[in-house]
Amino acid sequence: MFENLFGGFETDLFDQFRRLESEMGQLFGHSPWPSGIRAVQRGTFPPINVGATPERVDVYLFAAGLDPKKIDVSIQQNLLSLSGSRKIEANENAEYYRRERYDGDFRRVITLPEDVDPERVEAKYRDGVLQISIKRREAARPRQITVS
Amino acid sequence: MNAKQDVASRESTGVEKTARERAPVLIPAVDIFEDAQQITVQAEMPGVSRDTLNVQADRNELLIEGDMQIEMPTGMAALYADLQTTKYRRTFVLSGELETERIEATLKDGLLTVRIPKLVAFRTRKIKVNVP
Repeated sequence: MFENLFGGFETDLFDQFRRLESEMGQLFGHSPWPSGIRAVQRGTFPPINVGATPERVDVYLFAAGLDPKKIDVSIQQNLLSLSGSRKIEANENAEYYRRERYDGDFRRVITLPEDVDPERVEAKYRDGVLQISIKRREAARPRQITVS
Repeated sequence: MNAKQDVASRESTGVEKTARERAPVLIPAVDIFEDAQQITVQAEMPGVSRDTLNVQADRNELLIEGDMQIEMPTGMAALYADLQTTKYRRTFVLSGELETERIEATLKDGLLTVRIPKLVAFRTRKIKVNVP
């Protein structure tokens, strides 16, 4: 069931992008995919997936060990911004071998489909995933037309 | 895809692949630190619940793996995806002074904490210097 959201879609297309990416990456030193104007470098914290159905758009933010009250979610028209900070308290008496966990402020901005309704947004945080569901406007949904 | 490294080493020991590990996996970001009593591994595995988490240790290796379970409406299509798989896996090589039978793991808000105690003989003791 997760294939739809996690890239089981258009695998061939993805592979093509990947190939292109590695070629372009060598050429320009950065990756052009994903290609949105607000796209960020790979490995940016926190990673985000966006999925859509005709009724709603869901944004998933993968951030473990976060206080959900400290995440600032704002939506203006179809622009969703997520910002906050995650402070990792270092253990003073310990010697660190690896410090890969992101520590500090973060901000991500995502362009959503234009028919989202900024008045109907729900957010919940579970197991380290913040899920934001935004309803789409009725008029934009595909309608079944009966042929008489 | 799956980097394997010594739990108490700054150097990566390189990439190893087995048939099982060839499928793409997410490599959880970790902090690893050592104090007088133990080594602690903190791994980020958002979306993983207790039911889908697997932490395994033998004398030489610590394996952490999990499968992300997130709520999705049926018929959803991706518009954008930073993450392109739901499986996490990472292994670490343990060393002999660790007490692998007494490993403890806790999971909270997608953050896994694994504590590996050191054998008593290897715990750091403060030595008092007597000045005559």
